[in-house]
Amino acid sequence: MGEPIKIELTIPSLSDYVGVARLSASGIANRMKFTHEDIEDIKIAVSEACTNAVQYAYGDIVGEIKLSFFIHDNYLEIKVKDNGRGFDINNQADTNTNDPEKIGLGLGIVFMRSLMDKVDYSSSVDSGTEVIMIKKLPVQRNDV
Amino acid sequence: MVLDLNVSVREKNSVPIIDLEGEIDVYTYPKLSDALKLVFDKYPTVKDLIINLNNVRYIDSTGLGVIANGANQISKISNGYITIINATPQIRKIFDVSGLVSTNFYLFDNEDVALQNLANKSN
Repeated sequence: MGEPIKIELTIPSLSDYVGVARLSASGIANRMKFTHEDIEDIKIAVSEACTNAVQYAYGDIVGEIKLSFFIHDNYLEIKVKDNGRGFDINNQADTNTNDPEKIGLGLGIVFMRSLMDKVDYSSSVDSGTEVIMIKKLPVQRNDV
Repeated sequence: MVLDLNVSVREKNSVPIIDLEGEIDVYTYPKLSDALKLVFDKYPTVKDLIINLNNVRYIDSTGLGVIANGANQISKISNGYITIINATPQIRKIFDVSGLVSTNFYLFDNEDVALQNLANKSN
């Protein structure tokens, strides 16, 4: 097994560009021959990770969101990183709220975990957040 | 590929229907939010509201958050429900994963089925 192919994309933390990240993820997943359903799952997971960064990482200033796609033989690894204010992992929003933004944040994490094969994230106050997600190609997933 | 969202509002059998076309994400969800506000302003005692996703290919947590908020509003107004129609299998999956369907929404295949069910519910 060789080194993974790496593709990087940096977008500003503006809602306008989340769709660009989503389309990039879609193109890469398509090239790896993921199924249509898996491609849709990957698009949502990437979008959710970027949306969290857009809404919560930088406050009123515009920062950067860096996406790194690693194309492995049997899986796609995606890192989404910001250098914003981070958050306390032990104090996440939940979905038992009427605030649509908090519903969105809670669901975003639920979607990432439900739609990808593996999701890890690290964050701490003032040091930014990194989300690492893995989606296995169907053959690999069946072998596990 | 449309990365924007077009919104229009109409009425059939006295039920307001919001037709959506495009993608619902963090960039476009304010348009849906505005449409819901418009409907609640125009129909202050609304009991049912249909959201037509026939031409929507993508929705994420921000869109679901707006719809969930709308469902909470219509529940407070009249114990009403929001009815989602014409959702693709992928979008149905997102609603299922969200866990919101059983408490906040009806999901029907199309407009005729939805209107028939809403009419039966009223009788």
